[in-house]
Amino acid sequence: MYTLKFDEQKCLRCPTHACLTKCRYMDMDKDSAGEEILRIARGEDSFVLHDCVTCYACEEYCPMNNHPFYLIVQRQEELNVPPLPRPLIRRGINMGVPFRGDPVIEELNGKALLMGAFSDHMFLIQGRLFEGLPVISSDPRKMFHYFCQLMYLHYSRISVINERLPKIINTISMHNVTEIICFHDECYGAYTSYCPAMGIDVPFKPIHLFEFLYNRLLELKDQIRDVNLRVAYQRPCSARLSPDKHHFVEDIFRLIGAEPVPRKYSGEDALCCGGAIEGQRREGSRKRALDIQRRNISDMADAGAEVCVFNCPACYHTMEHSVAQKGIKPVYMSDLCRLAIGERPARWR
Amino acid sequence: MNNLFQALMDIVGEDHISNRQEELFIYSWDLGTTEPHKPDFVVSPRTTKEIQKIMELANREKIPVVPLGGGLSLAGLAVPFKGGILVDLKRMDTIIEVNEQARYALLECGVSQGQLTSYLERNHPHLTHSEPGAPPTATIAGNAAIHGQGDLSQPYGFNSDMINGLEIVLPTGEVCCFGSCSIGAGWFTQHPLPDVGLFLGWTGTTGIITKISLRLFPCKKIRGTALFVVDDEDQVPEIYYKITHTQMCEDIVAFSQTIPPYAGGLHHFTVNLAADSEKELELKQEIIFDDALGKIIQQGYGGYLGFTPGLQHPQISKTSDWRKGGGFEYVGGIMPVSQYPECYRRGKEISERHNIPYTVLGRCIGAAHAMMFSWTYAFNRSDPETIHHAREAMRETDELALELGGTIWKPGIYGQKLVMDRMDPNTLELMKKIKQLLDPNGIMNPGNWEVKS
Repeated sequence: MYTLKFDEQKCLRCPTHACLTKCRYMDMDKDSAGEEILRIARGEDSFVLHDCVTCYACEEYCPMNNHPFYLIVQRQEELNVPPLPRPLIRRGINMGVPFRGDPVIEELNGKALLMGAFSDHMFLIQGRLFEGLPVISSDPRKMFHYFCQLMYLHYSRISVINERLPKIINTISMHNVTEIICFHDECYGAYTSYCPAMGIDVPFKPIHLFEFLYNRLLELKDQIRDVNLRVAYQRPCSARLSPDKHHFVEDIFRLIGAEPVPRKYSGEDALCCGGAIEGQRREGSRKRALDIQRRNISDMADAGAEVCVFNCPACYHTMEHSVAQKGIKPVYMSDLCRLAIGERPARWR
Repeated sequence: MNNLFQALMDIVGEDHISNRQEELFIYSWDLGTTEPHKPDFVVSPRTTKEIQKIMELANREKIPVVPLGGGLSLAGLAVPFKGGILVDLKRMDTIIEVNEQARYALLECGVSQGQLTSYLERNHPHLTHSEPGAPPTATIAGNAAIHGQGDLSQPYGFNSDMINGLEIVLPTGEVCCFGSCSIGAGWFTQHPLPDVGLFLGWTGTTGIITKISLRLFPCKKIRGTALFVVDDEDQVPEIYYKITHTQMCEDIVAFSQTIPPYAGGLHHFTVNLAADSEKELELKQEIIFDDALGKIIQQGYGGYLGFTPGLQHPQISKTSDWRKGGGFEYVGGIMPVSQYPECYRRGKEISERHNIPYTVLGRCIGAAHAMMFSWTYAFNRSDPETIHHAREAMRETDELALELGGTIWKPGIYGQKLVMDRMDPNTLELMKKIKQLLDPNGIMNPGNWEVKS
C-alpha cells in the first residue's frame, strides 16, 4: 500500500556514495559503495544487507535525500536477511501489541507532548519546563497505542511499520492536536522522515523535544544559572532521521552553561549505544557492541566529560552502568535543563 | 478444650495463643485453592523448649499438630485438615551464628529468607544463600523442608541439599540433632548418620525443625541476569545442556507465558551470572553466549538480549495479576530436563482447556540433572468457577507430571495420593514404618502422607 520513495537515478548521479563510504561499521571505497547501493536498489543481495548494524546513519549521510537506510531495511525483509535472530524479531514485534484496553481519547485542541511508548518515563517531563503542557500517552498500560513502530527498522520489518503506523497516527489525531512535541527522537523521525518517505499522511505538526526545550528555556531565561558541567552527548540512532535539529543540542548547552567536551565520536561521527547490535546474528555482534560502547565511553572520559547527556531511554539503559563506572554521570537532557533553572531532578545525585 | 487452652497458654504465654474465631479463620487457609479448615488453637512459641512441651502435650492428648513457617507453600500443606494445634513458628527468628570461614549460617526455624538476605548483605557481604523465588517472608527452614530450590540451585542443587544439620523436635517430644552437631562438633556438615532426609519432604509429618544449619556460598561483587530467547521449545533441553556444560552460571530458568503478549510462544532463559570483576564477567559471557550458543545465534534460532546488573528471581506470584481477584497456585514437578517441550505443550493445553493464560517455568537443578517445572494457574478468589477450573487444572497437571516421568514437588493431598498409588510397595511400607516409629499417635499434620494399611 505504501511505497518507499527511493530514486535509483539519484544514486547514479551521486558524487560521493557517502551512505556507505561514511559507514562507521563497514569499510568501503566510493566505487564499491556505488555498486552495492545500486545492487540493493535493484533488489539484489549484497553483503551490506548482511553486515548492516542498523545504526540509521546512512539516512543522514546521503547527500541526495534518497533514504538508503529505509531501502536497506526493506531489502533485508524482502530477501529474508534479518539482522536479528528469529525469536528476537518475533518478541520485538509482539512487544508493540497493545493488550490492556483502549486509551482514553481526550480532545486537546492544540499542542501536546507525546510520550509514545515511554509512558513509564513521565518523571522526565516534570517541573516548570513542562508546566501546563497536555500529555498524550501518559499511561504505561496503554502506551503501545502510541508507539511509532520505527524500532522495527532494527528488525527488518518495514511491513509491520507500514501496517501499524497509520493506525497510531489516527489514534493521535483523535486527540485533535495541531502540534505534537515528540518525547523521543524516534517518534519525531517517524513523522518527519519516515512518513514522508513512505507517503503516509501526518495530520499534525511534529516538534522535536530539543527545539521545545530550547524555546522553553528562552522563555525562562532569567531563571537560568550556568550548570558549569563538561558534557558529552550520546546521539541516538534515530537522531540520524532529523539531522536538521541536531544544532539544538549545542544551542541548549550554550544557553545553560554546559561545556561540550571535544570528542572524536560526535555529530556525524557519533557511535551508537550498541543496544541494537549486541543481539544481532552476525558473528561477533555481542563483542562488537561492547567494543563500540568501550570506545565511545573512553572517548567521553578522555575528553574530560563529567556528564553524559541522553535523550533516548534505550541508549540510557544500555549505557548508564558503563558510563557511571567511568565516573561520568548519566543524565537525560530534560533533567539537565531542569538543573539549569534551579530544579533538582529526582535521579540527580 | 478449656484445659488444653490453659495448658498451651502455660507453655507459650497468654500473648501467644489464640482460639478467637477471626484468628483461626486466618490460619484456616493458604493462598491456593485448598478448601479452608480451622485449627482449634494457634500458638506461637519462642523456644525449642516450648515446642517440646507442646509436642509432649499434643502427643499425650492425641491432638493434631500442624507446623507453619511463612505459610507460602500453597497446595494446602499447612492447612489443618483435622483441626488441632497450629504452631506458627515465625517468632523463632534468631540468626544464631554465621560462620564466615566455613560458610554456613545456624538459624532458628522462623528466620525468613528476606531476613537472611539482608543480614548477610549488611554483615557478611562476601556470603550469600540460595534465595528461593518465593516472597521474602518464606522461611529458610520451611523451604528446605519441602525440597525448595533457589537461585544457586544450578551449581549446588536443591536447597535441601544445602543443609549441614537440623535440630528436630520429634512428635513424641524428644529433641534430636542431626549432622555434625549431633556429636558435639560444629554445624559444618550433614554427616554422620542418621540422615536429615527423615524430615525433608515429609511435610512436617515426622517432626518440627527448630534449628537449621544452612550452607552459604561466595557472593561476588557483580551479580546480574543475562537473557536469551528461543522460539522452539524443542531447543530448550539442548540449551540447558550447553549452558550447564560451561559451569559459569548461578541460575538458569526458562519460562514461557501468555502475558505479556511478547512472551507468548517464546522461551526466555534468565541466566544469572556472578563475577568479581568486569573481566571475569566478560569471560563468562564470552564462553556462554559466543562459544556455547554462538552458532544458534548466527543460525538465527536463538537471541541474546543483554546482561542487566541485579538479580532477577522467577516471580511466579506475578501470575496472580493475570486475572482479577489475585489468586494463583502452581504444580511444581521435578522433571527430567528432556521433558521441557512436552511439559510446555501439554501444560499449555491444560491452561487453554480451563481458560487460564498459560504460565510455565523450568528451573535447572544441578548440571541439568533435573528441573523444577512449574505450571501456574491464576484464578479469581471471588469467583468459584475460576477456582474450580484452577483446582481441576492442578489435578490434571499432577497426573501429567507423573505421566511424563517426573515427580511432584511438594504435592498436595491429591498429588500425594497419586505418588503413593505408584510407589514401590516395599518403599511405601518403609514410609509407613518410619511414620509409625516417629509419630506413633499420628498427630503430625494429619491428612498428609498418610499411608493406608
